[in-house]
Amino acid sequence: MTQRTLELTVDGVKVSVPEGATLLDACRKAGKDVPTFCWAANLTPANVCRICVVELGGARTLVPACSRKAEAGQVVQTDSPRVHLSRKLVLELLGSSVDMSLSRDFQALSKRYGARPERFGNKAARAEAGARDAAHAGHHHPGDGAQAATVGQPVKVDNALFVRDYEKCMLCYKCVEACGTDAQNTFAIAVAGRGFEARISTEHDVALDDSACVFCGNCIGVCPTGALMFASEHELRAQGRWDESKQTVTDTVCAYCGVGCVLSLTVQDNEIVRVTSPSDSSVTGGHLCVKGRFGYGFVKGG
Amino acid sequence: MDVRPTAPPPTEDERRAVDAALGPPDAEGPVTASEARARRTHLLPALRAVQERLGFVSEGALGYVCARLGLPPAEGYGVASFYALLALGERPRAFAHVCDDVACRAAGAERLCADVEKSLGPAFSAPHRADPGQPHPKTAARWARSPCLGLCEQAPAALVTVAGAAPVEQAFGGATVDKVRRALGGEPVEPLPCTLGGAGPRRLLARAGVVDATSLDDYRRRGGYEALRRALEVGPEAVLREVTDAKLVGRGGAAFPTGRKWDAVAKAPVRPHYVVCNADESEPGTFKDRVLLELDPFSLVEAMTLAGFAVGAEQGYLYLRGEYPLARRRLENALAKARARGLLGGDVMGRGVRFELELRVGAGAYICGEETALFNSIEGFRGEPRSKPPFPVQAGLFGKPTAINNVETLVATLDIVREGAAAYASVGTAGSPGTKLFCVSGAVQAPGVYEVPFGTSLGALLALCGGVKGRLRAILLGGAAGTFVGPEALDLPLSFEGARAAGATLGSGVVLVLDDSVDLRDQLRRLAAFFRDESCGQCVPCRVGTVRQEELLARLARGAPSGSVKEELQLLRELGQAMRDASICGLGQTASSAVESAVKLGVFEGKP
Repeated sequence: MTQRTLELTVDGVKVSVPEGATLLDACRKAGKDVPTFCWAANLTPANVCRICVVELGGARTLVPACSRKAEAGQVVQTDSPRVHLSRKLVLELLGSSVDMSLSRDFQALSKRYGARPERFGNKAARAEAGARDAAHAGHHHPGDGAQAATVGQPVKVDNALFVRDYEKCMLCYKCVEACGTDAQNTFAIAVAGRGFEARISTEHDVALDDSACVFCGNCIGVCPTGALMFASEHELRAQGRWDESKQTVTDTVCAYCGVGCVLSLTVQDNEIVRVTSPSDSSVTGGHLCVKGRFGYGFVKGG
Repeated sequence: MDVRPTAPPPTEDERRAVDAALGPPDAEGPVTASEARARRTHLLPALRAVQERLGFVSEGALGYVCARLGLPPAEGYGVASFYALLALGERPRAFAHVCDDVACRAAGAERLCADVEKSLGPAFSAPHRADPGQPHPKTAARWARSPCLGLCEQAPAALVTVAGAAPVEQAFGGATVDKVRRALGGEPVEPLPCTLGGAGPRRLLARAGVVDATSLDDYRRRGGYEALRRALEVGPEAVLREVTDAKLVGRGGAAFPTGRKWDAVAKAPVRPHYVVCNADESEPGTFKDRVLLELDPFSLVEAMTLAGFAVGAEQGYLYLRGEYPLARRRLENALAKARARGLLGGDVMGRGVRFELELRVGAGAYICGEETALFNSIEGFRGEPRSKPPFPVQAGLFGKPTAINNVETLVATLDIVREGAAAYASVGTAGSPGTKLFCVSGAVQAPGVYEVPFGTSLGALLALCGGVKGRLRAILLGGAAGTFVGPEALDLPLSFEGARAAGATLGSGVVLVLDDSVDLRDQLRRLAAFFRDESCGQCVPCRVGTVRQEELLARLARGAPSGSVKEELQLLRELGQAMRDASICGLGQTASSAVESAVKLGVFEGKP
């Protein structure tokens, strides 16, 4: 059966995409660089970061390229003044409230769009441990506006394998999707709370050990901001010893079972510091289990 | 699915509360995935039942609810923590919600809050510090501030809930410390009667205040069920034609043509179809739907049955905001009586038509008035709006074609079907035929719900309310998501086209009158706080944008701009543009609308 194709116009260029394609597919086919944070090839579009918005002829508002289906005859602009302004503001809003320092995409985009998060003032001091988890929907402490509220809080370290640094969480929903129906079907975490106090949480914020978490680490694999991180990487960074210039990445096949998952081992100073899997791997789709992700101690004869 | 229960086992009280909502547990055995999918819709009713019985949603109760529904506890927690009326930490069983929103603020809510604080102690505010793993500690607070309770014509208002085996929930205006204390003690506090007025034919308010709201017989004596009888005689196509010809558009705020909506659902090949009534009236300053539901509840039951017949739906859901306890009691009574008399069920009016109607009660979330968020709330998910398209007429409740309408819209169809489209359009304007309910509150002699023909001028409406008290400073039209207009706008014709031409909106019919004794900058900061509190938190422009907007307005309100006022206003404009353009839903898209309109009135010129 031949697939029907649709023709639409992106920045004045006609492109054809198969039926069912998104505007993001069409924009990429037209060679346009439409940025994304919350989108990933191996996850359902969450459609929440809004950095991918484009201007669609006839639409009242901008539309998210990542999830909007392409239709024949659409006229799309990827770099109009409205698109530029919204993307700049999205970057500024993120930059002023979240620690985006580990996102290279964020740094590059901030330059491209001239984002200045400091326009919203100096960042407020980070919250004490547990305070954001205690928030009650619909209630917040009204401040005097002198400082910009942030999601700042101490790192959650409650297990030996990975840490959760929610100061870096931009709430892209990717970890929830990977933990749920898009990969693991474990449902250990969900979005809790509401509004600016919305957060990723286990039930009642219990420690991961006490939750349904199976430590597959697939949430780490999809996190775009470094909020979820191998404990090994977190420690090296804390000691100031994390050095990407000294790292190599080696692809291999997991030795534990017969599935044959592709592992990408990041090695620094002859130590494995991170294990991932390519998101385009036909075997894993980027997802692993606890053994492949964390069970590498034996490599050093441990 | 790997559901690992970690909560403590439920106490007897917790188990009873949950079982009362969900029915007795079946024979032991794990809930299958398909059963869990079907059961999820009972999540919010179960959580509400626990809240009503215990006064909070305890860990044990939430764990038991999740076990009964086959729901991962993290997801149950994600939903429970979404709603403002559900407390996750233990608190006193008697609890007061005191409104400090725009209309109540203009009526001295801050004084009331100060008095309540003196009498009851500090208001609830989320704790600054908690033990990780124990995020919601016990609180001794007996009251909290609340967003608009929809009692603006009798401001200031309060909602008092007393949890227990026989819970008591009371919402009342003319609130005083004494009334709040009495309600906390479980004593009845009568709400004040709402002034009903208008000019021209009374259609929507024909029965309100006259009919016995609890009597089906009285409703029928006064013309009730004539519209449904006629609909059943002429058939669904004729009903759709009348509603389309009457040019009826939605009264909830978005003004979408009702005929087109119904027609699309009726023609949708996917089955089943649903009709949903959006009675989550939460737009600050809005109370017309509450008045209709309290005073003429059977009319909505009839109208939803008629809508179901027209679009081919056999099941309807009526989603009522959680802050309307009297409307809830009246609707429960109306549904029971309609069912008992064969006006709902498998054979409506003996004509072989099937229609069931279920009441769902919200739990404190303005965003659930957004239609797709409302669907998610009914389905047992967080009240997060969905990306559109697909639109509700294609994929709405449970992913099926759904006609979702506001209370006033539905009630208006009764008159259209009974009298015909031409008679309906005998008043109003060419672009906006018929009559409209306006919620007039603030500085007028007689605040209340007024029914006037479209095209009536703003000044004429205010004259019907006995005129403005004091010197008119500004009028908030359409609600928090609406626009401020100045005294020069009194000639504005109240029609959709008239409002549009003036760059304003009728929204949900809010006309909130502010005199020059009101601090407009403080009101704007409160509006901004409202949007921050009510944002679902999904998308960046709204989640963070509403915070930045509130911070900016807080700076301007205390006369401490960062840089110059001009720079702040430029930043506000950019913020507003991005929220309008890039937010997922109407909440973010309109969060800056009233604020930006107030800037044009010169609110930030001169000293605060």
